[in-house]
Amino acid sequence: MTKSAIKRLFSGPFLAFILCGTLVPLVVIAFYGFTDRSGAFTLDNIMAIAGGHHAQALGLSLALALISTLICLLLAFPLGLILKDSKIGKKGFMVFVFILPMWMNFLLRTMAWQVLLEKNGIINIALKSLGLPLLDIINTPAAVVLGMVYDYLPFMVLPIYNALIKIDHSLIEAAYDLGAGKGLVLRKVLIPLSVPGIVSGITMVFVPSLTTFAISTMLGGGKVNLIGNIIEQEFTVSSNWNLGAGLSLVMMIFIVISMALIEKFDREGEGSMI
Amino acid sequence: MALIELIDISKSFDGELVLDEFNLKIKENEFITLLGPSGCGKTTTLRILGGFATPDTGRVLFQGEDITYLAPNKRQVNTVFQKYALFPHMNIAENIAFGLKISGKSKEYINDKIKYALKLVNLSGYEKRSVNSLSGGQQQRIAIARAIVNEPRVLLLDEPLGALDLKLRQEMQYELIRLKNELGITFLYVTHDQEEALTMSDKVVVMNQGYIQQMGTPEEIYNEPENAFVADFIGDSNIVDGIMLEDRVVKICGHVFPCIDEGFGRNKPVDVVIRPEDIIIGKPGRGIMDGVVTSNVFIGVHYEMCIQAGGFEWLAQNTTSYPVGTKVSIGVIPENIQIMHKPQSEDEEAISLDD
Ligand SMILES: Nc1ncnc2c1ncn2[C@@H]1O[C@H](COP(=O)(O)OP(=O)(O)O)[C@@H](O)[C@H]1O
Ligand SMILES: [Mg+2]
Repeated sequence: MTKSAIKRLFSGPFLAFILCGTLVPLVVIAFYGFTDRSGAFTLDNIMAIAGGHHAQALGLSLALALISTLICLLLAFPLGLILKDSKIGKKGFMVFVFILPMWMNFLLRTMAWQVLLEKNGIINIALKSLGLPLLDIINTPAAVVLGMVYDYLPFMVLPIYNALIKIDHSLIEAAYDLGAGKGLVLRKVLIPLSVPGIVSGITMVFVPSLTTFAISTMLGGGKVNLIGNIIEQEFTVSSNWNLGAGLSLVMMIFIVISMALIEKFDREGEGSMI
Repeated sequence: MALIELIDISKSFDGELVLDEFNLKIKENEFITLLGPSGCGKTTTLRILGGFATPDTGRVLFQGEDITYLAPNKRQVNTVFQKYALFPHMNIAENIAFGLKISGKSKEYINDKIKYALKLVNLSGYEKRSVNSLSGGQQQRIAIARAIVNEPRVLLLDEPLGALDLKLRQEMQYELIRLKNELGITFLYVTHDQEEALTMSDKVVVMNQGYIQQMGTPEEIYNEPENAFVADFIGDSNIVDGIMLEDRVVKICGHVFPCIDEGFGRNKPVDVVIRPEDIIIGKPGRGIMDGVVTSNVFIGVHYEMCIQAGGFEWLAQNTTSYPVGTKVSIGVIPENIQIMHKPQSEDEEAISLDD
């Protein structure tokens, strides 16, 4: 057997998985999305996104996803810097602490926030006993953003941390040597060189935030309707697979567009770093 | 007044003393080289000067002003790092402009400077190239260009040619000397390569284990090593035990050699250094002692031979080849015998002899 034949043999399971797990469902979704219940071709399911509460849900989803991505970024970058500069032994421990929650089912963790944030939840009981004003964010977009940030922060921290520790320390020293202060070192060396990590962090937080329905269901209490919730309801409650599939396709287009924008920003950024 | 003064600098890492009361004065417009084996504290010295490390005790003076704790970005000193440390996300022009932009120079000034610096390092027209498209030697020259456009008073270079192959290294040595002469700034150069140090420097500081062993011009260091470490580290040499019988007479391997050193006292044990090229090989009975050639290798220009004589294996270099097994005599003219005090203790072997 030739070498390439062996290679092909080993890539077989992967190709089969891609075929069954990605391509087939995509074709099925596309089929449902472009047809009506009788199976005739239609664009109604796609166009439905423009209709009242669909467009509103999409708008809210985009807004909340953007906000939580931004918050994650603002938290993760300084954290990455701290992790990068901490001593070797401590470094491993801190990274471990950050990955630890990822080992627990994220639905469970989100549910825990529900219990914490409830009107008579643990946080409010504590606040009450201290005589402080109560926290009333459960079932609001704020609670949903909190859930998103909590659930997806590690996905922002890890790629940024990985990009930061790969930066050769002598580059930082060279910048100081050439007269840069701390702020300039951050702006001209650390941030530009961690752009790949930032981009993958943004992707890994923005996409699940945009499409989530679990977080908004648990922490939004049915009052925060994201596009994910609507699609889910079309598939389950309304049993309208065609509409659900049509809206999913629109979401996919949105994600592809936003990824393209990020990529474009990334590449343009590289050219004009200084 | 010295431009830079290191006064009683001590520094240890994890309880290990790397620099011990290190003192050094650097004059304006000098090409001074720190030379020593790996791990002797050269980089640490440079980092203390650049501001990337602070000494445990001691002071760093710049034109008489204490800069021991001054941040690196506030010093009139620029460093050429061992691994170049060019910014990979900037092109060559942006790299060179980095320091100039920070100090707020005008666009025209910066562009002129980039052109000038690239010409100086023989890389004109490379402005738009990316860092990764350059070879090691080219990157090194850009690193030098990036440092010198800021017109530092002192340029610190940490084994800048270490990663280059021999031919390129020799070329760059001459370029560095030319640059130093054109720019008229002080170079503090670090290397573990004695040939490099001797070729380029006005002054060589030989270091070992955090102490200065000897300081002087390349000729002084080579011809008059002050102790066995320097003699051994600088070039090949024969270092043998001897006894100073009286002024200008030394006994080596049971044979009496005339020499030119005085003031060691009578019957004093000393270390004797004789360079391989100074050993005169002749017919048996014609020199001071007789011996047998035990090995012979042609190393270009001359032959390097080992000669067993008087219970010592002498390293000798000669343009005439004496085949292995040949009976020969060896001799040395008095001027080429270098007598050194024997260290009194293990400790003293490392101790600085400059004070
Ligand atoms: N940051 C550091 N932490 C711990 N040890 C160090 C550090 N920097 C240097 N050393 C130690 O100090 C000694 C001298 O190092 P260095 O100045 O780099 O030597 P050189 O440049 O002459 O090879 C070495 O033994 C090295 O291991
Ligand atoms: Mg070093």
